[in-house]
Amino acid sequence: MAALGSPLQTFRGLLRELRHASGRPYRDTPAYQHIVATFRAHRVTSQKLCRAQQELHFQAATYLCLLRSVREHTALHQEYHGKGERSPEEVAGLVGFRLPQQPGGKG
Amino acid sequence: PPERKRFYQNVSISQGEGGFEINLDHRKLKTPQGKLFAVPSEALAIAVATEWDSQKDTIKFYTMHLTTLCNTALDNPTQRNKTQLIRAAVKFLETDTVCYRVEEPPALAELQKNEWDPVVAWAEKRYNVAIGSSTSILGPNIPASTKETFVSHLASYNMWALQGIEYVITQLKSLILSMGLIDRHITVEKAVLLSRLEEEYQIRRWGNVEWAHDYDLCELRARAAAGTLFVHLCSESSTVKHKLLQD
Repeated sequence: MAALGSPLQTFRGLLRELRHASGRPYRDTPAYQHIVATFRAHRVTSQKLCRAQQELHFQAATYLCLLRSVREHTALHQEYHGKGERSPEEVAGLVGFRLPQQPGGKG
Repeated sequence: PPERKRFYQNVSISQGEGGFEINLDHRKLKTPQGKLFAVPSEALAIAVATEWDSQKDTIKFYTMHLTTLCNTALDNPTQRNKTQLIRAAVKFLETDTVCYRVEEPPALAELQKNEWDPVVAWAEKRYNVAIGSSTSILGPNIPASTKETFVSHLASYNMWALQGIEYVITQLKSLILSMGLIDRHITVEKAVLLSRLEEEYQIRRWGNVEWAHDYDLCELRARAAAGTLFVHLCSESSTVKHKLLQD
């Protein structure tokens, strides 16, 4: 089984991501309710896990990775791809250059 | 293409004859080909509903990986049957990322050996096959018996799960890393790191370019995570009996 870290951390991480993802109170969402119910029913937050619990933890960690990665990817997309046409100065800045300044004329 | 605005307030799930359905307000979600969107797993439906509910002003389809995977399973746009999917998946072994080694530069060759040898060894032990690795431009010489073993193993998965497996393999460019994920031997983060080993090596040497590297990294993680979750949810004993999964 993959090295996963603490189930409690995964559980908390999931709740955090759901809070970001949802517009409305995240406790109302099916996802929140399903995750809480699952963790409670299978006691996946305890330290020692049987095989079925480990499989469930892997699934939870995978879903956490999905939510987190989508959020980060979307943020990067907004930052770097979502802004439409950039000015020459902005484009130069993206790769660490500054445009030369010419006195009395176009820079 | 202009993004579609979010046109619905509430996202909910209901259970129909064909499986779990997604409701956007009073409308039932359909696939690109117009079929009713129905999935065999409740947990999968919940995760899809969450994707739709996460959209803010505009619908960013490129972030909705589970929805996309379900649409592919339902519509089967490439019209492939189980045998063809399995053949495509196993064919990747011939060009598997973790089997393709460089000789230069020595630091990268060493990194590949240290990071990839263990996962190849795991696969060989787990499946009782010979795989090996190669620096030849032709790649490793995979014995027919090895391919047969993987063909047999993949045949035990239903059509939906197979779509997911083939998707993960295509994303990671590795059958071995994908099986590592499906078998829960490695995490998504680790699988993606191993898939991108050469990129990570270059980044360490030449520096990170956030808008390119992190962007690609996050996207690959999202896709691999979605594919893996999809496979597991479609393979659970509680869902396997569902008629959507009867080939």
